[in-house]
Parts: sequence; C-alpha cells; structure tokens
Amino acid sequence: MSTLSYAAIDSATMLRRNLRHALRYPSLTLSVAGMPLIFLLLFVYVFGGALGAGIGGMSGGRTQYLSYVTPGIILMTVASGAITTSVAVCVDMTDGIIGRFRTMPIARASLLTGHVIGSVITTMISTAIVVGVAVALGFRPDAEPLEWVAAVGVLAMVTFALTWLSVAFGVFAKTPESASNLPLPLSLLPMMGSGFVPTDSMPAGLRWFAEYQPFTPVIETLRGLLTGTAIGHSAAVSAAWCAGIALVGYAWAKTRFNRSRTH
Amino acid sequence: MTAAIKATGLRKSFGDTVVLNGIDLYVPRGTIFALLGPNGAGKTTTVRILTTLIDADAGQVEVAGHDLATDPGGVRAAIGVTGQFSAVDDKLTGRENLILMADLNHLGKTRGRRRADELLDRFDLREAAGRLAGTYSGGMRRRLDLAMTLVGDPQVIFLDEPTTGLDPRSRRTMWQSIEDLVAGGVTVLLTTQYLDEADRLADQIAVLDRGRLVAQGSAQELKRRVPGGHIRLRFGDPTTLGRAAHVLDDAVARDEDLSLRVPGDGSVQALRDLLDRLDATGLRPEELQVHTPDLDDVFLALTGRTDTPQETSR
Repeated sequence: MSTLSYAAIDSATMLRRNLRHALRYPSLTLSVAGMPLIFLLLFVYVFGGALGAGIGGMSGGRTQYLSYVTPGIILMTVASGAITTSVAVCVDMTDGIIGRFRTMPIARASLLTGHVIGSVITTMISTAIVVGVAVALGFRPDAEPLEWVAAVGVLAMVTFALTWLSVAFGVFAKTPESASNLPLPLSLLPMMGSGFVPTDSMPAGLRWFAEYQPFTPVIETLRGLLTGTAIGHSAAVSAAWCAGIALVGYAWAKTRFNRSRTH
Repeated sequence: MTAAIKATGLRKSFGDTVVLNGIDLYVPRGTIFALLGPNGAGKTTTVRILTTLIDADAGQVEVAGHDLATDPGGVRAAIGVTGQFSAVDDKLTGRENLILMADLNHLGKTRGRRRADELLDRFDLREAAGRLAGTYSGGMRRRLDLAMTLVGDPQVIFLDEPTTGLDPRSRRTMWQSIEDLVAGGVTVLLTTQYLDEADRLADQIAVLDRGRLVAQGSAQELKRRVPGGHIRLRFGDPTTLGRAAHVLDDAVARDEDLSLRVPGDGSVQALRDLLDRLDATGLRPEELQVHTPDLDDVFLALTGRTDTPQETSR
C-alpha cells in the first residue's frame, strides 16, 4: 500500500483513539460549551436589554441582542475548544505514549492529524449545543438551507484553522498548564471585535484593532448568513485569515513535533 | 551468526555534558544483552538512540540489518520498545490499548483482535481487559506495556529498566516473560541498575559508567576478571585466631567476629591447600565460608566506586 494511504489509515486510528477519549469523558466536550453558555446567559439577560436598545435603537431589546451576540458566542466556543485541544496534545507529548508512537513504523504526522480531526468534530458538537441553547432562548435565524450549509462551512473552516494553531501550542508547551494558558487570549478576541458590540461604538485605537483582527470578519460572515446582515467582503477576508492561521499552525506544529527528536 | 544490534563509536552530548563517549555494542540474534550501570551512566540515552528517538552526534548503528541513519523506518518496523516510563494510554482499557497497537501495526480487524486477546491471556490480563489502564497496578501496567510492545511481533526488543519500581513477585513474573521472549527467537537489549537482574537474565553484560563501556562479557567472565574472592574462617577464641593469622600470613584478621579472610579464588585446590595448612598446625576453625566474587565486586572493581545503587533504590 502507498505511503499516503498508510498515513490516512494511521490518522484514522489516531482519530478513533481521540474520539474514544471524548466519548469516555463527555464532560470535557460539554465544558467547552460551558463558558460560552455562561457568557450567553450573562450578556442576554443581564446586559441584553440595555445593549439591545443601544444596537437596534428600537423595538427588539433583549431578543434583538440575542440575535446579535450569538455569532460572537459561537466563535467563543471555537476558541474554548482550542484550549482543550492544546491541553490534550500537550498531555500526549509529555506522556510516555509519545515515545511508543515515535518508535513505531507509523506515519509521523498521524498523531497530530488525528487530534485535529477529532477536535474539529468535538468542537462542532459543542458549537451545536451552544446554538441549540441560543435557539431555546429565542434566537430565530432566518437562514435559508444553503445559508445554513455555508454557515457550517465557515465554522468548520475557522475551527480547522484554530485547531492547527492550538495543536502547535500543545506541541510547543512544556506543561499542560501552560498549554491551557497559551490559547486563552483567543477566547477574548470575540469581545475585542464585533462579537458583543458593533466596532464603531469603540474608541479609535481599539476600533482599529477590532476591525482588523481575524475574528471580526468571521463573526460578520456568520451573522450575515444566520441573520441576514450585510456580509460584504468579510467572507473573503475570513477565508484568507483562516488559511493563514491554519498554515502557520500546521508549519509550527510540524517543525516543533519533528524537532523534539534531538533531545 | 548475524548481529541484531551493531553499534560503533556512539557519541552524544547534551550541551556541554558528554553523555555517551564512544560506545561499541555487538548483540547477536536471539540473545539477551544487559546494559548495566548506575543512574546517569547513559543507559537510557543509548536506548533512545538505538530506537530512533534521538539522533547520535556520531557513530554507526545497525539494528536488525537496517542502518539507523538511512533507514529509520526499517528499524522501527523491526523493533519493540518498552520505555522506563510506561507508555500505555490511561484513558483506554487494556484491550483497547492492545487493539490500538494492532491497528497501528496494520494487522486488520480480525487478526488484530485475536492478537490482542492472545496477549491478554499470555500476560494474565484477561480479567482486567475491560478496565481503564489508568486503574492498573504497577505490575499490571508493566505487563500491558510489554504486551503492547509485542503486538507487532518485533525481532529486537528494547526494555529500559523493565523492573524498576516493581515488587519482588512482579519482578520475577517480568523476568519469566523476558526469558520466554528469547526462547521464541527474539533479541532483547535491556538496561538495568540491578546486578542480580543482569546476572539472572543476560547472556552478555556491558557495564556502562559515565558514558563509557568499562567492561563487557558474560556474568562469569566479568566475575573472573575481578579479585575479591576469599575464604572466611571463624575461630572460637582470640588466641586461636591470633595463631591462625600468624600461620596464614596473607590473611586479614577481624577481632570483632573472630574471623579471618584468606584471599583465594574459591577453587577446590585452593581450599584443600588451606585446610592442609591448618591441619598441620592443629588449628580448628568453627566455621568456613567460601565467597566467590559477585557482580557487586565487579562493579566496585571496574568503576572504583562503592555506590552501586542496588540496595538504595529498590
């Protein structure tokens, strides 16, 4: 069999291992959704009335704010999933089992690709939970079937990119503690973008950052697909950001992973 | 006979610290080879190099006929490694761990499961097969670890301190498993800091100290190379001891326990000569012991240090 198909088989084996872990400890997948859900409830019920009036300027209030903030909360879930991935990779790298994998005739990258695919799946499940809760609270997306498919695609794209980055964090980190700290700023990015309030309500410096950081175009694209706001060139910018982040994460993870051979 | 492992001129430094300073190894197929040395001697580094985990700074290595530098994949396909720190997945059951190995060895579903069950039986893990490996005792983890190493039917097996931290019973079980492996034709290279372990298992022993091989040979050969054999005589009273010490002028008397150490290799002839001399004087020892050199003496003689870790770290 060719090298490539062995690589695919080995990656599938590693994926099964990661999914088995996820099934055995479902609390881990659920906890990914935990913090974003708390923010969702907090912002919708505590601040939602005031913020909704500020954004819509009229009728909607809390319901309108729910529909505004949900795409930001979705991105927060993806960032929260990145922390779990980074820790899981770091635990693998520091445990004895990595030594076993490295001395076996298996495709080298399969351990990492297994983590990436597994994390994309579990993060998408966490995201589905978050969207489900938002719908239960009264979130009514007006997306057509095609727009739903596109939204899931955008989500998969950004999750894939952030997962490669968090895999790199996990390979880079010396301890699981630092592996959980490295992706932490990602969770804050939706707040410093258009996730919770429109960027034009921000002071100049912050607004500049908010408009040009990678999460804002992704949030705008999701918001447009789900609630019908204008997307403009956000979709293209998102795709570029995701490709860039995925590439950097992949290259960094791979270099780091192979470098640990000399120690 | 072809070599399972052939290494020449292995060198490795970490920063300014020289860990391996020119190591040559030759391990024939189907034998057990022990790398003996105290902590920090370079045992684990040697294993990590031979198993493709790290690159040597210099030296040539062939494992199972594959060159380490040009064909690491061929080496990996031929070896099995059980490291010092157990390499089992705590979040999978014992059986799932074995099936993971079977899948990574591309055994296929049916064959893989059969192999897993076979190994569970062989290592007495059948009852614990469905429990998470994280709940296993130290001895069970080591057995599972070794079983995982065997899934791919390796020709050469590396065991890095396979019994460190195990209780005496688990140690004996592990020794038995290792001996069974070689009976099946595989080659084993193990590292140990326990002299009795090397003595019991190994066909060949290499003594490693501070990155150098200070001796190599069978346990018997190594023991022969060192002085330290003696005959110990104990007498009933100080007067007799004094007279005996006078007659046997190369002996060392110890007043505390009224004993006399007479140097000798413990051969029958040496013993007979000694008894003849004593008879001629009419002196009668109360007790006689023959002490042949053991690997402790070997270690002391070769490294010039008494700090063999045998007693301290078990």
